[in-house]
Amino acid sequence: MKALVPLYLQQFKTTFATMVQYRASLFIWMIGHVLEPLVYLVVWSVVAESGGGSAGGYTTAEFAAYFIVLMLVENTSYTWIMYEYDYRVREGLLSPALLRPVHPIHADIADNISSKAITMPFMLVVAVVLAAIFHPVMSPRGWALLAAIPALVLAFLLRFLLEWTLAQAAFWTTRVSAINQSYFVLVLFLSGQVAPLSLFPHALQIAASILPFRWMLGFPVELILGRLSPTDALLGLAAQVVWVGLAYGLMRVIWRAGIRLYSAVGA
Amino acid sequence: MRYLRIFGMYFRIGAMGEMQYRFNFFVHLFQSILQLGMALGGLAVIFTYTHSLGGWLPDEVLALVGVYTLVGGLIGLVVYPSMEQFIMSVRDGMLDFMLVKPADAQLLNSLQSVDIWRLIDVGLGFGVLIVALTRLGTQIGLSQAALFVGMLLTGSAIIYSFWTILATLSFWFVRVENILEIFRSMYEAGRWPISLYPPWLRFTLSFIVPVAFVTTVPVEALTGRLSPQTFLIAAALAVALLAASRVVWKVGLRQYSGASA
Repeated sequence: MKALVPLYLQQFKTTFATMVQYRASLFIWMIGHVLEPLVYLVVWSVVAESGGGSAGGYTTAEFAAYFIVLMLVENTSYTWIMYEYDYRVREGLLSPALLRPVHPIHADIADNISSKAITMPFMLVVAVVLAAIFHPVMSPRGWALLAAIPALVLAFLLRFLLEWTLAQAAFWTTRVSAINQSYFVLVLFLSGQVAPLSLFPHALQIAASILPFRWMLGFPVELILGRLSPTDALLGLAAQVVWVGLAYGLMRVIWRAGIRLYSAVGA
Repeated sequence: MRYLRIFGMYFRIGAMGEMQYRFNFFVHLFQSILQLGMALGGLAVIFTYTHSLGGWLPDEVLALVGVYTLVGGLIGLVVYPSMEQFIMSVRDGMLDFMLVKPADAQLLNSLQSVDIWRLIDVGLGFGVLIVALTRLGTQIGLSQAALFVGMLLTGSAIIYSFWTILATLSFWFVRVENILEIFRSMYEAGRWPISLYPPWLRFTLSFIVPVAFVTTVPVEALTGRLSPQTFLIAAALAVALLAASRVVWKVGLRQYSGASA
């Protein structure tokens, strides 16, 4: 464990240097990540207005709060590993990572965290600007905000482990884009990015809660907004822990099986 | 005519390349249906809470999703892959070979690569549009239909020139893929009636990134909402952007010095 600290620190430095180099890509990446919640914010605000000021238990201002907080939570738990892994396996770029005496997931986690450390201040500024435009209203409670800290960490871990594991599909097939896209559509729909999950039909809500999707995004957002009771919060944290455990186990198994299939190109 | 034949040839090359991977058809069909299903599912959820979205009826928004998918398919069919290849060819000097061919280089470059699987989106979008049209049925006259087709062509011209201008910037800046990426994410906003957005965003989506003219405006024509002003602005913008894309191309080409020269 102690040996990992210098590794993480070094990866922070490397990632930071890369990000500074590619400032423009960073900016463009942000536009996409702001635009999507913004579009749904606008759509649901219009729906709420035409329904006399609220729809499905959310007022216009509460929708604004929901999607602005969602944008920030999405920015903490988002990963791009599924896009990258296929390329890594195909091009043989995984080989040097395998020579290192630590599990390659650590470098990826460090890379992910450091790039978010850089984007987060910008996203916070965007959130403030959006708040000035859309006047969000939320009623956060102290205990809920406190509980949101482990919820965010668990959401990050869950998403990272699961997507890292899914990315291993590249060992078995060259058609990962179909897997990736199906997964992203499910995430978009069932994690609460299209609408707060409580607005969905009951069956879909249950599906989102049994599957890992709600715990990646919707749950921390609702917690921060103060829409959950203490019992719901505890149950949610428990569900997150269970899913992180499952995802971790799965990651171990799949990684071990996948790495046996890997035959580096050009080696 | 000649350029249609050239396009047909590139299309055949693209098709032949992909026919080796016939299974891909199912992969792409699956992806497109999933994407469309998500869009329709989102609409279904929204319309359980309201009867109309900013004055647009469900079937009108459905028509908008159809147009969005259809035009997105057309862009993905030829504009996007061609521009991607063009940008790459500026960087590695392959553009030399395009320039020596005895045809208009700008047109050739905008046709040079075809991603045939995007035809699936074109088909699906068309299907959704037909469903929406039959449901709106009685309200649509012949003149509206004609105006719709006209606005669709105008919008396509706007998007085509806008995209060409962006791609042509690669004569000056080597890494412009990122700019294209911005457009890709902005295009998503076109899935909704532009009138929903606050004024600043409406302006951005009309004049800075002219997404509104390909999706909202044609459907407005269809449902009899199109104002004469919008019509004139769209037509003027199409002409201006087409001309601008030509000028930027000509000026940009002078910047190009080849890679190995």
